[in-house]
Amino acid sequence: MKVAYFPGCTLKNKAKELDDYARKSAEALGVTLEEIEEWQCCGGVFTTARDEVATKLSSVRALVAAKNKEQPLVTVCSACHNVIKQTNHAMQTDKEFADKVNRYMGEEPYSGETQVYHYLELLRDVVGFDAVKEKVVNKLAGKKIAAYYGCLLLRPNSVMKMDDPENPSIMEDFIRAIGADAIVYANRNECCGGYIAMESPDLAKKKSNAVIENAKAAGAEMIITACPLCKYNLIKNGADIPVVYFTELLAEALGVKEDTNE
Amino acid sequence: MNNKYLYEDLLRMSGVNPKKCMRCGKCSATCPAYDEMEYHPHQFVSMVENGDIEPLLNSDSLYKCLTCFACVDRCPRGVEPAKLVEAVRLAAVRKQGANHLKADSVPDMLDDETPQQLIVSAFRKYSK
Repeated sequence: MKVAYFPGCTLKNKAKELDDYARKSAEALGVTLEEIEEWQCCGGVFTTARDEVATKLSSVRALVAAKNKEQPLVTVCSACHNVIKQTNHAMQTDKEFADKVNRYMGEEPYSGETQVYHYLELLRDVVGFDAVKEKVVNKLAGKKIAAYYGCLLLRPNSVMKMDDPENPSIMEDFIRAIGADAIVYANRNECCGGYIAMESPDLAKKKSNAVIENAKAAGAEMIITACPLCKYNLIKNGADIPVVYFTELLAEALGVKEDTNE
Repeated sequence: MNNKYLYEDLLRMSGVNPKKCMRCGKCSATCPAYDEMEYHPHQFVSMVENGDIEPLLNSDSLYKCLTCFACVDRCPRGVEPAKLVEAVRLAAVRKQGANHLKADSVPDMLDDETPQQLIVSAFRKYSK
């Protein structure tokens, strides 16, 4: 099957491996990620103010592009996913906002028809973790891996609806599907500090350290994430176990990692 | 600006009704930036409700919120304090010349690994 794909700014730069491994792995699972044309940066964080229109237009354009292709829209970066899904929800539920956007765009009115999937949801709900399991050639058997959700994958739950926001399982189920052991720890859905790393690196350090120490205390040998900023903050702030993108592990498990052009 | 209009603006922008708050403090208890804040999430809610908005507009606490949505999801009354913090922050940075993050200061904040996402996110939150 083919799906519309929004990579995002960081996946074209500092997080190229998140993108490359996502594409290769999807192909191996029978899904082609078709990058939408002329996509624009999502802005990194959703602005909750209802009168903010301009900052949400890039997401609406991506959603409309997917609608025109009659495909669901898939993102792999947690931040892009959060921004695009929250924007889609606003287009569905806030008529005043949607009217402003549609008048500005001057095209056929859009009201949130596009189905938005995070890549993990694509694996769970479309491909199926059982099907992933069948395609695994390199089992990461015995490897103790901690999933780091951070904030953006799960919250706000009323909009994201991906999993139980306080006791999620989608990433742990992913870890088990590729044959490794999932480590569950308390801080997996707490914030790494996010963009505060620009202005208050000390706060980012405190928050990231708490995640790393908590994961290690639970026995983790590795941490996986879907967010380039989480990865940056954890590595910069003293992670002494590997922090890798979940797509890299998937590619490794599926035996397609070597094919990837770095 | 007259506080009554600002109060109504903040409520309209955020969609938050501060009167729903039952003062349990769970938002501040779960806030990852609590230690760094002069005014905490529960105070944003009660101070806006009381029209005591000026101190919030001038406080650095506006730039400590991480937009992690923890207070949004964990509020038992659905008040969603982060949306109110965001509205007050926008009321501050939308003013001409009031950008909190200036482009000129960015190069010194970067290292070789800084993801683009960090820069765009900070700009989206701190500047207009």
